[in-house]
Amino acid sequence: MVTFWVLAVVLLASAIWCVTAKRPVYSVVALLLHFAALAATYLTLNAEFLAVIQIIVYSGAILILFVFVIALLSSGVAPFATGPNRLPRIAYPAIPLVLIALGFLTWALARTTIATPSTSPTSTLGPVGTAGVFGSVADFGTALFTTYLLPFEITALILMVAVIGVVLLAGDETPYQASKKRAEEVRREMREAILRGGDQ
Amino acid sequence: MNAMTVPLANYIALSAVIFFIGVAGVIVRRNPLIMLMSIELMFNAANLLFAAFARAWLQNAGHIFVFLVITVAAAEAAIGLAIVVTVFRTAKTVDVDDVAFLKG
Repeated sequence: MVTFWVLAVVLLASAIWCVTAKRPVYSVVALLLHFAALAATYLTLNAEFLAVIQIIVYSGAILILFVFVIALLSSGVAPFATGPNRLPRIAYPAIPLVLIALGFLTWALARTTIATPSTSPTSTLGPVGTAGVFGSVADFGTALFTTYLLPFEITALILMVAVIGVVLLAGDETPYQASKKRAEEVRREMREAILRGGDQ
Repeated sequence: MNAMTVPLANYIALSAVIFFIGVAGVIVRRNPLIMLMSIELMFNAANLLFAAFARAWLQNAGHIFVFLVITVAAAEAAIGLAIVVTVFRTAKTVDVDDVAFLKG
């Protein structure tokens, strides 16, 4: 219980810091703290594999991507932090609206009774790392490659679409243009050679 | 043994508050990078709830869902950042209020 409250305070503080930070780099640092605390929360919920991929995928891959884009956009232009980081006028109506939405959700949740499991659970709690125990990597892998194989394959498709989309959007076109120009030259030379051949 | 030491309602409340911090970030901030980070906050609030319910019901379907959500979030972040870079190349600004060339 103490662990939960400590982690909850860290999660909330880092989330607020992330949203209110003046510079995007500070937001990335706050988000890193948030993801680390979330990984610890997953550990308290017996989800050790989720904690590991939270660190690897979020803190390792996605945040590095953010840092690279910040570095890319900051180079050679006016300081990235000066322009778009003012608090716009929309904050005054937006924040009460968000609080109203949160209050509405809280009211709806308070009226709802949370269902408790009626059937017997498929797995039990136990020491970390052994198969057949809730949250173990062995069970996770078995479920992912048998019951949930189709969603797993669809994620492969989603990632491929993302890779192609990113290359198409932000990729460098100059090598392609160079080769196109070269192909044009070759075609013209061949056409001229054919015309010369027809004259003889 | 199977009962949770922390009530499920605590996780629901924590997740709701983090989600709405993310919503406020998307609405208020005009920097597309921070807006994307706020979207990541919302994804993670949903993931926390998935993990909490998986723990309450002792079913690892919730863990599979978190795995899929993380994959989709990674793809979304990559494409979103690519769009930010492309917009910055043409518009030379990253303020989303100034990027209005799709407005009729």
